[in-house]
Amino acid sequence: MSKMQNPGAAAVEQKGWLAAHKWLILRRLSQILFIAAFLVGPLTGFWLVKGTLASSMTLDVLPLTDPFIFLQSLVTGHVMETNAIIGAVIVAAAYFLLGGRVFCSWVCPVNIISDTASWLRRKLGWKKTGVRLDRSTALWTMGAVFVTSALTGTIAWEFVNPVTMLHRAIVFGAFASVGLVSGALFLIELVGGDRIWCSRLCPVGAFYGLLGKVSVLKVSASKRKACNDCMDCYAVCPESHVISPALKGEKDNRGPIILSGDCTNCGRCLDVCSEDVFEFSLRTRNKLDDVRPNEGSAEDGTQRAA
Amino acid sequence: MKLTRREFMKANAAAATAAVAGISLPAKTAEAAMPNTIRWDKGACRFCGTGCGVLIGTREGRIVATQGDPDAPVNKGLNCIKGYFLSKIMYGKDRLTQPLLRKTNGKFDKNGDFEPVSWDEAFDIMAEKWKEALKKKGPTAVGMFGSGQWTIFEGYAASKLMKAGFRSNNLDPNARHCMASAVGAFMRHFGIDEPMGCYDDLEHADTFVLWGANMAEMHPILWSRLTNTRLTKPGCEVHVLSTYEHRCFELADNGMVFTPQTDLAILNYIANYIIENKAYNEDFINKHVNFNATTEDIGYGLRPEHPLEKAAANPGKGKFNKISFEEYAASVSKYTLDYASELSGVPKNQLVQLAQAYADPNRKVASYWTMGFNQHTRGVWVNGLLYNVHLLMGKISEPGNSPFSLTGQPSACGTAREVGTFAHRLPADLVVMNEKHRAFSEKIWKLPEGTIPGKPGYHAVLQHRMLKDGKLNAYWVQCTNNMQASPNMNEESYPGYRNPENFIAVSDPYPTVTALAADLILPTAMWMEKEGAYGNAERRTQFWRQQVAAPGEAKSDLWQVMEFAKRFQIEEVWPEDLLAKMPEHRGKTMYEVLYENGQVNQFPVEKVTDHAGNVYDNDESEHFGYYVQKGLFEEYRLFNSAAGILKKGHEMAPFEMYHRARGIRWPVIDGKETLWRFREGYDPHVKAGEGVTFYGKPDGKANIIFAPYEAPAESPDQEFDLWLCTGRVLEHWHSGSMTRRVPELHRAFPSAVVFMHPADAKKRGLRRGQEVKVSSRRGEIQLRVETRGRNRVPEGLVFIPWFDESALVNKLTLDATDPLSKETDFKKCACKIEKA
Amino acid sequence: MAEKTPNKKNKVSRRDFLGDAAKGVCGAGLFGLALGSVVAEAEGKLPADAIRPPGATAEADFLSACVRCGLCVRDCPYDTLSLADMGSSVVSGTPLFVARTIPCEMCDDIPCVVACPTGALDKSLTNIDDAKMGIAVLVGHETCLNFQGLRCDVCYRVCPLIEEAITLERSANERTGKHAIFIPTVHSDKCTGCGKCEHACVLEKTAIRVLPERIALGELGAHYRWGWVEKGNKGESLIEGQGIIDLPDRGYNPEPSGFPEKSATGGYKGFKP
Repeated sequence: MSKMQNPGAAAVEQKGWLAAHKWLILRRLSQILFIAAFLVGPLTGFWLVKGTLASSMTLDVLPLTDPFIFLQSLVTGHVMETNAIIGAVIVAAAYFLLGGRVFCSWVCPVNIISDTASWLRRKLGWKKTGVRLDRSTALWTMGAVFVTSALTGTIAWEFVNPVTMLHRAIVFGAFASVGLVSGALFLIELVGGDRIWCSRLCPVGAFYGLLGKVSVLKVSASKRKACNDCMDCYAVCPESHVISPALKGEKDNRGPIILSGDCTNCGRCLDVCSEDVFEFSLRTRNKLDDVRPNEGSAEDGTQRAA
Repeated sequence: MKLTRREFMKANAAAATAAVAGISLPAKTAEAAMPNTIRWDKGACRFCGTGCGVLIGTREGRIVATQGDPDAPVNKGLNCIKGYFLSKIMYGKDRLTQPLLRKTNGKFDKNGDFEPVSWDEAFDIMAEKWKEALKKKGPTAVGMFGSGQWTIFEGYAASKLMKAGFRSNNLDPNARHCMASAVGAFMRHFGIDEPMGCYDDLEHADTFVLWGANMAEMHPILWSRLTNTRLTKPGCEVHVLSTYEHRCFELADNGMVFTPQTDLAILNYIANYIIENKAYNEDFINKHVNFNATTEDIGYGLRPEHPLEKAAANPGKGKFNKISFEEYAASVSKYTLDYASELSGVPKNQLVQLAQAYADPNRKVASYWTMGFNQHTRGVWVNGLLYNVHLLMGKISEPGNSPFSLTGQPSACGTAREVGTFAHRLPADLVVMNEKHRAFSEKIWKLPEGTIPGKPGYHAVLQHRMLKDGKLNAYWVQCTNNMQASPNMNEESYPGYRNPENFIAVSDPYPTVTALAADLILPTAMWMEKEGAYGNAERRTQFWRQQVAAPGEAKSDLWQVMEFAKRFQIEEVWPEDLLAKMPEHRGKTMYEVLYENGQVNQFPVEKVTDHAGNVYDNDESEHFGYYVQKGLFEEYRLFNSAAGILKKGHEMAPFEMYHRARGIRWPVIDGKETLWRFREGYDPHVKAGEGVTFYGKPDGKANIIFAPYEAPAESPDQEFDLWLCTGRVLEHWHSGSMTRRVPELHRAFPSAVVFMHPADAKKRGLRRGQEVKVSSRRGEIQLRVETRGRNRVPEGLVFIPWFDESALVNKLTLDATDPLSKETDFKKCACKIEKA
Repeated sequence: MAEKTPNKKNKVSRRDFLGDAAKGVCGAGLFGLALGSVVAEAEGKLPADAIRPPGATAEADFLSACVRCGLCVRDCPYDTLSLADMGSSVVSGTPLFVARTIPCEMCDDIPCVVACPTGALDKSLTNIDDAKMGIAVLVGHETCLNFQGLRCDVCYRVCPLIEEAITLERSANERTGKHAIFIPTVHSDKCTGCGKCEHACVLEKTAIRVLPERIALGELGAHYRWGWVEKGNKGESLIEGQGIIDLPDRGYNPEPSGFPEKSATGGYKGFKP
């Protein structure tokens, strides 16, 4: 149990603290960047990016629109202006390339809350407490959102979407709302169940997860032969079920690529693996040939694990 | 103050018992008995010359409410939006409550910052500077700038202080900027100031003609009366002339936008039309009119070295010579319909329609004007040309037939004009240039002959020039924001104030632009914080009692003038030969000579009460030990009632009567007001059988004076390609020092904008709401473009209101004045507009 | 769950699938209902004092398009627009303005509409005079200063469409007998709902308010027409050309009776029965 509460210790020992947190730090920087970019305008008067995550305009030339919101609007029968269409296509293309739920781990401000709650649950040993929902729940919510949008003729999820609410509240300086939304999400994630919002309920994540089923950039357990079964990656992974098919797929003749759309490309597994089993790769590199041979470090690891 | 029900019952019972017992309870208990009682008393509106009667509601030493007096004859309970906020004007957050002097390290320094000082210190340094100036350069080095917002008492006391005390005629009121041209024409044409008619003409006329008067915004209540007549009287017509379309055009049957300055030509055309059609009233002109022609090419009242002045043949000459009717007819014959229409840009049919309205013997015509006529480099002429038209038709001095000069200040008539605060005038239309007038005034004031200097003093614009040139060194401004109001601030006004040779004192309730440009600021009690009197445009004099105390150490202008006089021994201001004529004045202070002369101080302090038994304070009387206001007014009345008066027609009622009346229109004869002057039956000065007598003139005849069209001082050219016209808006009064401190009025019109034709904006690539730079040869300001809204200007002209101290339009204006009236033309100069 | 063996999975899947699907449908249905009711609750509740930016489509259409990005807010040069915060009665995150606080200045180039990427603000609005943000209504006429005969007319004078959207209807003041009353009158076909009037009203509580069209306007029964308007629109009577005749009126014409009889000199002859 104590290991589960403190995963990645071996990686820190092996690679040093910085290398064992590289992707986490980059991710936090990215998340902050996506808030900061929107705050440059209101704070300095230089309008780098205007708008919110829902729709924005960068330097008066680059429109970006959230494709999930775009589609909700579309099912109501409304076709947006050209700018929004271009924006939605750009964003969808970006996530197609970088991985669907890259949004969740690299952009969404809720991720910081979710990670914090999950970390605390781990520390408190609450990993198994709370409500357990089926992984498909979020897909059902997403479906319900589209149906509701179509029936009510509104962009239904935006009435309650905590993701855009939080981002908007930060960017437009509604600090009470920032506190309220993040507090509520934190409590849900802490008490409600592990990652219950982000991986079980949030239709935005579900939507990007669908995109992730076909997206190009993927995590590969390319050095899975070196795995010493320390289980640290399972401990930190927000969607731990996505690891096994790739990491332990040898017996089923599966390739090393984590194909599940649920994977958020967060890169935490890369960080915490003392054996550097994981790396970012492409969907296409999923042949058995793509698994690298054991370079002989596994023994030490096995010994350590024992 | 909240009382519980129990306390209230108790207090009531006490009051009832006291009433039965016939004793009056101490004020506090009496008030407790009536927790929400407001004391109501009558007063006059603080703003324009309309003179609306208001009731002032006071509770616990504060004005908490006002209402239009439903029985006031002018307004019948109504107010405009400024009047609605009267109760808030005295309570601006930045009200001045103690004197402020520029200091560095505890000593006066012209370049220091303002620090609070005592009245003693303030008057010490001020008196020192005045004495220094008097010693160095004599009486012409001291001067004062006063106000048509002074009470009558204040204007009278100041007139005496300057003209008799300091023996300097350098006293001029801000009315110089507003009514001087009207005054000039009244004197030239009728020999006596102020309109012959009254507001009742608004109900009697069949045709109204507005010449450069935006009554809809500037005289809202009178406009309401005019509108009612237009609505309810069959056949009633309204003609409106202006250099841009304003709100009056909504009611106009004939609205005309003319090229600036061409009103001169239009008026001559009308006279020509009347003569050509033989529509003139031959009997009237034979009996009551002299024909004259004025000196032409008279310059523009600029500094003498200005090329325009050098080019003028007769700069400043006002002389006019008698001519025959035929000569007059020949003079105006040049102003044909074609010529007038071409020059003015007004379509011919509209000019004809206008001329017909005047020429129709069966229509009663009332003409109204304000700043469009008066602020005009030919202001006296243009006023006069309109009188010419009315006189040709005999349409004057009877109900409905009325050329009527409207005033913009509450007491431009009552104070600035009637008690002699102009640089050339003495009370009751007397002038300093006339030896007899001076002698008469000296006699009434019980002063030695020769006290009053015979040369007119510096007028408003000249005062700033003389300050700049270092010839006027000790200067006192009261009750007006002249830095903001005067033309050409950058080149004349501001350098004048800041000239290190000069010491400028400004009395004001608020830190205005003027106050903050001065060296000493004196905090002033305003409006209802003193007993006062105003005279409105229809010769109606209205009094009010002091309702509340002034905040902090603020003192009324009257107190300041009289108290300052105490700082001078008469020997310090009068030469020996003058003193020798009245040795009894030796050893006295100037104050004693002027105000403790047995006349001003003849009425003991009395408890000021109304008929309901309310008691009012009178801070000046309490301080000086006699009923100051009554003494001053009764002495002023001697100018109209003493034996051997030089000019009849200004008779006033006794002091007390005014406190009981809702204003009284002079001349007051046999206890009756006069509504129409110069006409038998209405005016007791006109003897039976005379019909009409213009008794201001020795022969009883009015003057028709021909004057030609002459070009304006500055017109748009290649570089400065737009006409600039300045003016007011309904929400703000003049420089906005009061109205901008009312949050609601500020919200209604927060900042000045430049009203511009959409095509002009487009030509310059400007959008509505955009910040622009407006510049003239003299300065520049920044404000926003307005292409919509209340004022629709023609292409080639822009309009900027002057209320906004953050966009001082008088940085742009030219100090060209009417050479005769010395009134500035704020309505025309050239400017250009670019993106800011 | 992921660790089920393939054949086990196949075996169980039918039952499980049906069970899961049923659970999913029910759950999603319940969630959808809840979401729908939140939407319905919020949707119809745009309060009367919240005004949408110019070009905003009808509220239902608006909510199908607006993504609450705030680009319109960012491009408003007068800080008029803001996004509704949570807990306000306006749908959270959508743009609005409150005229009494900051009204719309009616920019010629309508930057808010230009900025909108979604069509929630209709790009076909290119002339700001055609905007229909709401309609000003003189709701508190008893307290309106002009209604009582005073000369305020601030609402009229601040109106960017002065004399079109607001006129002063003149009538006689019967109380004073010599003044006119100038009643501010809004013309709904011209009023854009910019709210300058509401903002400027000098009363403690404004007497003129911009209301949504649904509240502000009456509606004439479809069975009736304003005859003079119809005639004015057509330029002639609607039944012109149907050969309508107008018989001459019989005036007072005493001659035929021959009484009283005139004498030769023009006087009357005496009466003889």
